[in-house]
Amino acid sequence: MSPQPQAPSPMGPVCQVSGRGLPLKGHDIDTDRIMPARFLVAVSFEGLEQHLFEDDRKADPGHVFNDTRFNGASILVVNTNFGCGSSREHAPQGLVRAGYRAIVGESFSEIFQGNSAMLGMPCFVASHEDVERLQTLIAKTPETVIAADIASGAITAGSLTLNAVLPPALRDGFLSGQWNPTAMLLADFDQVRNVAARLPYVRGF
Amino acid sequence: MAATLFQKVWDAHAVRVLPSGQTQLFVGLHLVHEVTSPQAFDMLRQNGWKVPFPERTFATADHIVPTLSQKRPFLDMMAEQMMGSLERNCRDASIKLWAPDNDNQGVVHVIGPELGLTQPGMTIACGDSHTSTHGALGAIAFGIGTSQVRDVLASQCLALDPLKVRRIDITGRLSRGVFAKDVILTIIRRLGVHGGVGFAYEYGGETIDAMTIDERMTICNMSIEGGARIGYANPDQTTFDYLRGRPFAPQTGDAFEHAVAWWREMASDPHARYDDRVTFNAATIEPTVTWGINPGQSVAVSEPIDAAPDDEALAFMGFKPGSRVQGTRIDVAFIGSCTNGRLSDLEEAARIVKGHHVAKHVKALIVPGSRAVSRAAEAIGLHEVFIAAGFEWRGAGCSMCLGMNPDKLEGQQVSASSSNRNFKGRQGSPTGRTLLMSPAMVAAAAIAGEVVDVREMLEGVPA
Ligand code: SF4
Repeated sequence: MSPQPQAPSPMGPVCQVSGRGLPLKGHDIDTDRIMPARFLVAVSFEGLEQHLFEDDRKADPGHVFNDTRFNGASILVVNTNFGCGSSREHAPQGLVRAGYRAIVGESFSEIFQGNSAMLGMPCFVASHEDVERLQTLIAKTPETVIAADIASGAITAGSLTLNAVLPPALRDGFLSGQWNPTAMLLADFDQVRNVAARLPYVRGF
Repeated sequence: MAATLFQKVWDAHAVRVLPSGQTQLFVGLHLVHEVTSPQAFDMLRQNGWKVPFPERTFATADHIVPTLSQKRPFLDMMAEQMMGSLERNCRDASIKLWAPDNDNQGVVHVIGPELGLTQPGMTIACGDSHTSTHGALGAIAFGIGTSQVRDVLASQCLALDPLKVRRIDITGRLSRGVFAKDVILTIIRRLGVHGGVGFAYEYGGETIDAMTIDERMTICNMSIEGGARIGYANPDQTTFDYLRGRPFAPQTGDAFEHAVAWWREMASDPHARYDDRVTFNAATIEPTVTWGINPGQSVAVSEPIDAAPDDEALAFMGFKPGSRVQGTRIDVAFIGSCTNGRLSDLEEAARIVKGHHVAKHVKALIVPGSRAVSRAAEAIGLHEVFIAAGFEWRGAGCSMCLGMNPDKLEGQQVSASSSNRNFKGRQGSPTGRTLLMSPAMVAAAAIAGEVVDVREMLEGVPA
């Protein structure tokens, strides 16, 4: 698959995500596999989309990321503990830059889920059965369009409907467009200085 | 009301509840390295944001630094560019940087505690998942992504949801030849690689109480391998004794006593409520080795591989269900990393190595976790023990823990490693195979040329 580089991330509120899916089976897929460390020797995130799962794809020509039927997919469907291991944001950066806009999975590592949210890419959590049904459906009919609703967590794909969840704070962040929190953190800086001044190790013991 | 350290530290650093429902949390100590920060500094520049608390951030270079010669410019042009970018960024933002030519340089999680930057009751963030290491001193320390590095630089804060707390008690005493590394590998094996998602792990009980700070660091370090973003031990006399006299710890007697009083207050109360509790018996823990491709796939060295079969892992590693890791021929032995690259780790390894020689077919590397570790080891002659035994004595850095510098496995080499991750490709070769174990076990494997039970080699070594 040769992904089309796209704008680094969507901007503004994210309420709906829709697109074709890619079923990536397996548990505990770590960020070293999503983005091997040697591609981190760089000072920017540019071009990372070319190296997604590079070692896995080379080792296994049948790897789903090599399957041209899924070219242009924008929703990844994964199993448990996806994105575990290293905190490298290079992993979700690579996915977003390859055009992925959402991930549906059984569970995610916290750091990965948070990093993805910062890039405007929601990681929906759904039940084991629902994820398997969704993976089976898109493996059979890759042209199926998956539509995910941020507010309700409802996901539809063909005749399949499932209920997924997002952590409430992340969900609200997507809906309000404040999924990138820097501005919020800077909004009341006097309060930040007050907390700092109260901490004995900052103030001096 | 009785509270945990997690809750107390969280409350002391909470700035406000954000409209999103998350808490804005003040970050007391921010650590930076060359791999996850350049893009964050770029984002800062693009937005015209300044660093409001530059004195609360410290930087070093560790992941990419070569360990054979640390002379500049680095031979790898990209590594040199990353190094240059870190130097520029720190200079522009007035952030203290310990580059490879500085005596304080080392793996970010080794130098924080070593310099006394890491203290009880702090919130600590770093763009690296093994930031959990710093919890060994009673801090709430966690890894973050690059966009969050930008947030901490710009605001000294993060937007976070609180975690639940699981208390993990280790009771009793460890047997000879069993180390902190075996304890944490056993915990992860039992609770699973995602058993800790949503939790901070609080480690306690007699075994932890009796441990040194170095040992507690090994345990807290690998919390993240069990899915827990945070791991910590309550501060106690061992912690205070460790910190006394370190360059960034409170210096005068009065200041230090005030600090100790506050540190004691921040520890979990005896009747604190936990969201979950688990107990392990130290006496049942054996030297442990991984056989698979995540740190939960391990066995006691005396046991056959028993776990639920994972065909992918078995095929990749070349094991069969029921086969033993003991006796596996190794090609490389690596002692180092933020898990086990401290002076005490090198001492344990040296006890095994003394009077022996590395097997002919094994390439064996000692990579101290910091320049200070390196100096301290050289001061007591450890480097000579290792060199005489045929180990390579290298400069400080991450090295073969993740193979971002020239130290990499080749092809399908099998590595006995004191590091923390046995993921596919982790040590620099996509097909390289990693067996995680304690530094003493790595040393024993280097000498035998295959995985052995370190307890056998300890017979005859004075305790
Ligand atoms: S030693 Fe290994 S785990 Fe620790 S910071 Fe370096 S690369 Fe990460």
